[in-house]
Amino acid sequence: MTRNLVTATQNTWCPGCGNFAIQHILKDVLTGLEKDGKSLDDIVLVSGIGCHAKIADYLAINSVYAIHGRTLPVATGLKLANPNLTVICCAGDGDAYAEGLDHLIFAAKRNIDITMIIHNNRVYGLTTGQYTPTSPLGFKGKSTPAGTTEYPFNPLELMLASGATFIARGYTRKIPQLAQLIRQGIDHKGFAFVDVLQICASFFNMTDYYNQKIYDLAGHDPGDFAQACAKAREWDYSRDAPISLGLFYRKSFPTFGDRYPARDLTPAQKEQQIRDIFEESK
Amino acid sequence: MKEVSVVVGGKAGDGINSAGAMVAQLFNHMGYYVYMYTDYPSLIRGGHNFALVRGAEHQVGASNSRIDFLIALNQETLSVHVPDCPECTVVANGDLVKSPQGGQTVPVNDILKEESAPPITGNSALIGAFAKSAGIPWNIVEDVFRRHIPKADENTRVAHRAYDLVKTVNPVQILSERTHSLLSGNEAIGLGLVAGGLSHYVAYPMTPSSTLLHFLAGNAERLGITVIHPENEISVALMALGCASAGAKTAVGTSGGGFCLMTEGLSFAGMAEIPIVFVVSQRTGPSTGLPTYTGQSELQFVLHAGQGEFPRLIAAPADPGEGYLWAAAAMRLAWKFQIPAFVLTDKTLSEGVYSVDRERLVALPAAELLPWDGTGVYGRYQDTASGISPLAFPGRKDAVIKVNSYAHDEEGITTEEGTLVIRMAEKRRKKEAALKEELARYPCVNVVGSPDATTALLCWGSVRNACLEVATELGLRVIQPVVLSPFPEQQFARACEGVKKLIAVEENATGQLASLVRERGIVPDATILRYDGRPFTPEELVKKIQAEMSP
Repeated sequence: MTRNLVTATQNTWCPGCGNFAIQHILKDVLTGLEKDGKSLDDIVLVSGIGCHAKIADYLAINSVYAIHGRTLPVATGLKLANPNLTVICCAGDGDAYAEGLDHLIFAAKRNIDITMIIHNNRVYGLTTGQYTPTSPLGFKGKSTPAGTTEYPFNPLELMLASGATFIARGYTRKIPQLAQLIRQGIDHKGFAFVDVLQICASFFNMTDYYNQKIYDLAGHDPGDFAQACAKAREWDYSRDAPISLGLFYRKSFPTFGDRYPARDLTPAQKEQQIRDIFEESK
Repeated sequence: MKEVSVVVGGKAGDGINSAGAMVAQLFNHMGYYVYMYTDYPSLIRGGHNFALVRGAEHQVGASNSRIDFLIALNQETLSVHVPDCPECTVVANGDLVKSPQGGQTVPVNDILKEESAPPITGNSALIGAFAKSAGIPWNIVEDVFRRHIPKADENTRVAHRAYDLVKTVNPVQILSERTHSLLSGNEAIGLGLVAGGLSHYVAYPMTPSSTLLHFLAGNAERLGITVIHPENEISVALMALGCASAGAKTAVGTSGGGFCLMTEGLSFAGMAEIPIVFVVSQRTGPSTGLPTYTGQSELQFVLHAGQGEFPRLIAAPADPGEGYLWAAAAMRLAWKFQIPAFVLTDKTLSEGVYSVDRERLVALPAAELLPWDGTGVYGRYQDTASGISPLAFPGRKDAVIKVNSYAHDEEGITTEEGTLVIRMAEKRRKKEAALKEELARYPCVNVVGSPDATTALLCWGSVRNACLEVATELGLRVIQPVVLSPFPEQQFARACEGVKKLIAVEENATGQLASLVRERGIVPDATILRYDGRPFTPEELVKKIQAEMSP
């Protein structure tokens, strides 16, 4: 059954927001998955809190509209409890790189089979314009009117160091490429990380800059960790440099869930074990 | 009353806990009800540790300062404990204790050498010698070793050598052949969670909840559960909510400090109506406090934790039997009402070992979750007469299941529309009313001791055990609310009928249960509080209560 993938909810993203592109892409990717035999009933979207997260209201699929920074633990629980689910996280850069950074590193370390899409607009939009962990040095936001005094994280480098097994970067104005990266991420068995450069029309519009700087990773071998590191370091999210887009790194590795054996006992079997433990303690 | 108390003392890392557990089993096999309290500082090696084992002819759950036997694994044990029990029968490790205060010593190293046994079996020599000094027949000692020690042969040989070397000086009477299960509070709570349907347990280590994590992880395969230890307690709570959102009955465990980090998850569970059980084992606070000592200072915290207003169940068992029953009930009720539920315990109960008579545990009522019948359009938050929405989980055919932390409509879509916000708040309030109605069928308030006495002790949790012992001696009533939220007003009022003097007994500095009942118009006449991290002893309580009762 093909369902309408968009809810009747009124959309409140700003005109020109990069989130529209991601929503549109996800809708297409979901349609593609369904065509390839995947039931949409087995897909769950987990979002954090922020502009990005409204996507949970807008897409008519199973969702957990969670709390700020906590997409990954929720997603990990869903996947462990039902390995048959395809779990996709949409998180903002404030969400994933500030409030929930510990979970991001641990999700990569565990290689939990989840796809993590970061709506990285490099600014807090919903709280009206403060710097995030990926804002460039000197960013003038409402909490840093004189400009930030700290360098941003390079999330790709962070993920390479943490053990993520699929690391990609896309851009909301390169729709076919981004769609392909997200679909590859979902198909990847393990922790798939897609950093999406997304413009914020209201507080940090980088469209012209990105259009000028981006180029596609061509002839890059995603199986080569050293080369992936070198490419990831080319642009540090602060200084002026060419910005490569595409799949940086991919490797095949056992997932967190693989190492957790499935345990099915009937209630009667559990009851018997409880009875036995009471007896053994005599 | 026939009773016996034994202290096993040594330094941390000496295996005091397991030695104490063996002594407890010896008394168990002589027909005694036993209780074991362990006292240890927060370190891994060194420092003085002791286990106090008490056996009695009726159920006990508290210890006194009286000591009949002292098993000394080192010299310090004697200097710490002998001043409190100059008359006690001493059995000591002769290699480390040079002046055994008139007691008997065991040449542990010589025995191990002659038996070619490893050092780890050394405590078996002390236990063998203790058993002989207490006149415990060898067949009972051997039976206990075979049942409860891996590599029993080696240990039994070592114990037997020591048994033959010493004299019986203080014989302990055998009461019966009846044995009970000996379980710690955390073990019983763990088994109760499984009985309630637990499939996933998520926790980050924190004393005194860690032994629950260890017990469930150690038995995960045989109990058919999955145990996860994530990066921190924030992740613990959220991962558990993820598991529950997929339909897995899930619990988490922690102590006060870890629970601080879980409060955003708790509030999320309240708003998103995700069932989850929190086991919170209290220790002495604030902050890091006394990590390995007890306390009851989290009642008001657990009652009020989390932003916003939402229903929650809080049950505070007094002993492992209640822990088992209420952990199972908390799991079932969390799922029936789609709410967070708490099992509130403390170090005394969590780590103490008690006799449990499984056959005498009266099962609490069953409570089934409400599944979606598959008709119409699924709404995760469908409003109903009881406020309880039918449940479906991702993977369910042709249902779009939207779980949401924002104010939301019946389908789980975010809303800021005032009337809808009110209606959904009322939906959650209806669940609380339905939960209260359900709990009317449960024994939410225990009345024990002399139920008609006009002087009553008001207590909760593990303190009930010391209170009951004192009440039995002095002829008092004991009122122990097990359910603290939603507060069982009617059952509590009935429990208080005819009371002329109400004395609250709590292990905190402010009288938190006393405040809770005061809010309901019942004002305790006096409070007896202890907050040094140690549990009340019955003999200390008797004096304090008598002082309150004297005109």
